[in-house]
Amino acid sequence: MLLDVADYGNSDFLEILKRRRPELYAAFNAESLSEVTLPNTQHYASPLDVLKGTTVLAAVYKEGVIIAGDRQAVEGFQVGERRIQKVYEVDDHSAIAIAGVAGPCIEMAKLFQVEVEFYEKIEGTTLSLEGKANHLSNMVKSNLGMALQGLYVIPIFAGYDPKEKQAKIFKYDVTGGRYEEADYHAIGSGGKDAQTTLKKRYRKDTSRDEILEVVVEALWDAADEDLGTAGPDLIRGIFPTIKSIDQTGVSDIADSEVERLYTELIESLREM
Amino acid sequence: MSTPYYVSPEQIMQDKADFVRTGIERAKEVIVLEYQNGIVMVAENPLATLFKISEIYDRIALAATGRIAEYEALRYLGIREAEIKGYTFNRTDVTAKWLTNNIFSQRIAAIFWQSDTKPLEVELLLCELRADPESSHRIYQLSFDGTFWEEQKYAIIGGRSDEISEILEREYEDGLELKEAVKLAVKGFETIEAKADEEERFHISADTLEVAILDENRNRRKFRRLPPDELKEILAS
Repeated sequence: MLLDVADYGNSDFLEILKRRRPELYAAFNAESLSEVTLPNTQHYASPLDVLKGTTVLAAVYKEGVIIAGDRQAVEGFQVGERRIQKVYEVDDHSAIAIAGVAGPCIEMAKLFQVEVEFYEKIEGTTLSLEGKANHLSNMVKSNLGMALQGLYVIPIFAGYDPKEKQAKIFKYDVTGGRYEEADYHAIGSGGKDAQTTLKKRYRKDTSRDEILEVVVEALWDAADEDLGTAGPDLIRGIFPTIKSIDQTGVSDIADSEVERLYTELIESLREM
Repeated sequence: MSTPYYVSPEQIMQDKADFVRTGIERAKEVIVLEYQNGIVMVAENPLATLFKISEIYDRIALAATGRIAEYEALRYLGIREAEIKGYTFNRTDVTAKWLTNNIFSQRIAAIFWQSDTKPLEVELLLCELRADPESSHRIYQLSFDGTFWEEQKYAIIGGRSDEISEILEREYEDGLELKEAVKLAVKGFETIEAKADEEERFHISADTLEVAILDENRNRRKFRRLPPDELKEILAS
């Protein structure tokens, strides 16, 4: 058909991509790897040099939700990348943070962003927050084959629902299982350390300024304990990515503000 | 046995073009104008959710008139091809020229030339914001047979576009503010509506206009629809 009328109405970009450019989808396609036996990459010292190691987290505050992540990727016991981005804006009211192997992680974040925008343009309305979370669940699920071979992608999805006037956090497992978190969640190699700090310091209905202090402290503790997570790089001026999402949309917390938060934290740690 | 008959190719094309022109003559107009911060697109459209103007890609928008099902299919095609190209290469590699020339024009022309299909009864304007201040904005106009050309500063599609064109030719200036540009388009509509028969006359108000902009001051996605409240304010000013 000259105008592909049969396709018209399909607002799922992933499905179109699989059909039109299957080679671009191969990153999530376990079949493409079926003849390759990948070494076990469960541990840091991996024979397959993939970039990994992360702490990403999200925490709800009174007006919205904060989503943040460190900037380092490791290759075995080496720093692979100092400025990697693990937190991506998806649309006006949501963002995704990813942990796992860098290549497929970035690819999934990028594809997810295109998917959500494609839907929005085709349908002329935004996908519901739950709809976005479910769609991401399907993407993670389709990566299971790769995950079992070590190339895993685990996201945190955070957003603000303008209709319900509520911020939400969704966490995932490798099978695509999707679980909603009411308050906070942290994942990655340093996720457990960040989670402990959040658990002790988190208060419900806190203000933006207070939650930022907690988030920065959680990232600090993760970097302090986990080799795969970097703290602030004061010499190179590299700071963790922190974004806030509220009624007005997604905004970046400026490096200058993150730097100030870290300086204050370091001061208070010195006094202890 | 039926007698085979011969119709010259010229005649077939002429018949098709006449058929489409009859349809297009009744199509409502869409006006596109460059203004201070980008491009503004204004259409007569009383429907609240069925749009004539829509976002295609980061800096590209489509304004269309004619048969809604047909330009909706083309809109879908445009978004899909743009997203696939942007995902394959880079977002900056998607241009209005490529969409016009390689996607829309080719499809529309192929449908027009094919013997057993009804030609599309649509006219399109593909608008693109400049990527840097040194270059200029692009407006491509596509006709029902796939021919296309570039317009400068402003363009109009729809049945009575010539009459509006006369007004814009007289009154359009560079560097219009948004509200001035919208009001100039409204003036164009009002002039042609004043000439229309009473029973067919279209009443122009914030509720019957569809206005969207490609705004240079926005982030990656430059497209924005003006909500009715904002439009009311502009019309009242």
